[in-house]
Amino acid sequence: MDIGLPFMLDLTPNTLNAMMVVVAMLVIASITQLILRPRLSDDGYLELKQRINSWWVMVGVVFTALMIGPTASLVFFTILSFIALREFFSILPVRVTDRRLILALYLAVPLQYYWVGLGWYGMFIVFIPVYLFLLIPFGLLMLGETKGFIRAVGSYQWATMTTVFAISHVAYLLMLPADENPAGGGVGLVLYLVFLTQFNDVAQYIWGKKFGNRKIVPAISPNKTWAGFLGGVATTTVLGAVLAPWLTPLGWGLGLAAGLLIGLAGFIGDLTVSAVKRDLRIKDTSQLIPGHGGILDRIDSLMYTAPLFFHFLVYTTY
Amino acid sequence: MSVIKRLPKQLFFLLIVKPVVYLLLGLNIYNKQRLPSHGPAILAANHNSHLDTLVLMALYPLGELHRVRPVAAADYFLRNRFTSWLSLNLIGIIPLDRQGQVDKDQVFEQCQQALADGQILLLFPEGSRGDPEQLQPLRKGVYHLARSHAGTQVVPIAMHGLGRALPKGGSMIVPFNADVVIGEALLPGDDSNAFMQDLQTSLEGLLAQCITKRDARWEDE
Repeated sequence: MDIGLPFMLDLTPNTLNAMMVVVAMLVIASITQLILRPRLSDDGYLELKQRINSWWVMVGVVFTALMIGPTASLVFFTILSFIALREFFSILPVRVTDRRLILALYLAVPLQYYWVGLGWYGMFIVFIPVYLFLLIPFGLLMLGETKGFIRAVGSYQWATMTTVFAISHVAYLLMLPADENPAGGGVGLVLYLVFLTQFNDVAQYIWGKKFGNRKIVPAISPNKTWAGFLGGVATTTVLGAVLAPWLTPLGWGLGLAAGLLIGLAGFIGDLTVSAVKRDLRIKDTSQLIPGHGGILDRIDSLMYTAPLFFHFLVYTTY
Repeated sequence: MSVIKRLPKQLFFLLIVKPVVYLLLGLNIYNKQRLPSHGPAILAANHNSHLDTLVLMALYPLGELHRVRPVAAADYFLRNRFTSWLSLNLIGIIPLDRQGQVDKDQVFEQCQQALADGQILLLFPEGSRGDPEQLQPLRKGVYHLARSHAGTQVVPIAMHGLGRALPKGGSMIVPFNADVVIGEALLPGDDSNAFMQDLQTSLEGLLAQCITKRDARWEDE
């Protein structure tokens, strides 16, 4: 659809429609919130309002970046990974001697997205898992502190893998050859992945709230139930099949598999960050997003779904 | 102070301090509504980093900045002509001479005057930054100052994380999130020891709320 603007040209009609559906869902959420107001306590209403307002802001920022184009999107994902990495380092018990290495790891964020921007798949896929894997312990050696060495190596590598490497897979979807996906283009793939991942979180929450009874992993997250898990995954699987032909090169059959993958992986990602928080005895990873907590609280599922969906897609299609 | 005179300070905070504090670093701010917008008030914070002063001032909107006056160490903030100019004009510090070369009464007078003008003093009752992120014994200056002007409320503020972003002796800022937890205002009574105990208890309680203060576990084991 060419509406005569210099940007938005990358967006296919399906992609644009998908964005409008998301905005429509937010409008419905905002209206529901107003209807529910008399039935909620002041605190409950305030929290719901904050959550929905934050959704508006998040969707607004992501859609704006995606609509302006690939460069703006890469800048957005670079900032997202930076904030997530900073948040991770801020809750980890970091040794003061490691500050210089941590500064260097921040510099790895723009580099990783630079490889994405170049479309240099080989470097994108080995930079953090291979080069940083070798360089982090080397850097820590140079700093000369051996007390806590093993934990420092492990936690810094893991922080970089989850917040930078995994999240950069979302951005790389924009670099996949567009002709393979005439229906949705690169932006359609990003929308499919991010929407299903976030939708899965919400679906698991709602199923759990409505029908949840038996706890699934009480030691890690007391709010997660079997009903929430199964209901959420089933809903996401079905939606994955419905949306796939619309936004991705996958047919409904493979879409079913992609939806299942996203539902399961999202659940595991969510639990992983819950375990981190339990270990550190904190409730949220920061206060960045009102009503949601930190950025890690919001992208926990995406850290798992992004690389898995990416490779599923590349294996089956590209 | 005239509007024109406030402008350089506002620009400095708008273009440099706020971007550094909110974009390079990140803040977890608790109970922001407890921050007094008018004096006479004293913000009594724990001290970990030279960033403390700038972070606390960055909490204020540009239009209220001129009311916030940090009481800061002369040996650091007036160490050369450039930082002196910056500290006195752009930050608006009341220099405190820790070596005692300047008359103590003179500093006290300046602070009192500021309180009388309805300003908000920013004070670090620990005196120095001390060991990284450890609460030092509090000094009584804050009590005497608050008592010197009737109606002065003391707002305890706990900060954590800036000691990692820019520790003592560090020369570069490394991005980390920091917690800023604002406590309920205290009004000093006749008993100085009781007040200092309240302040201490309050600061310790606020510190316990910090998200970034979880390093203890590795050292405990």
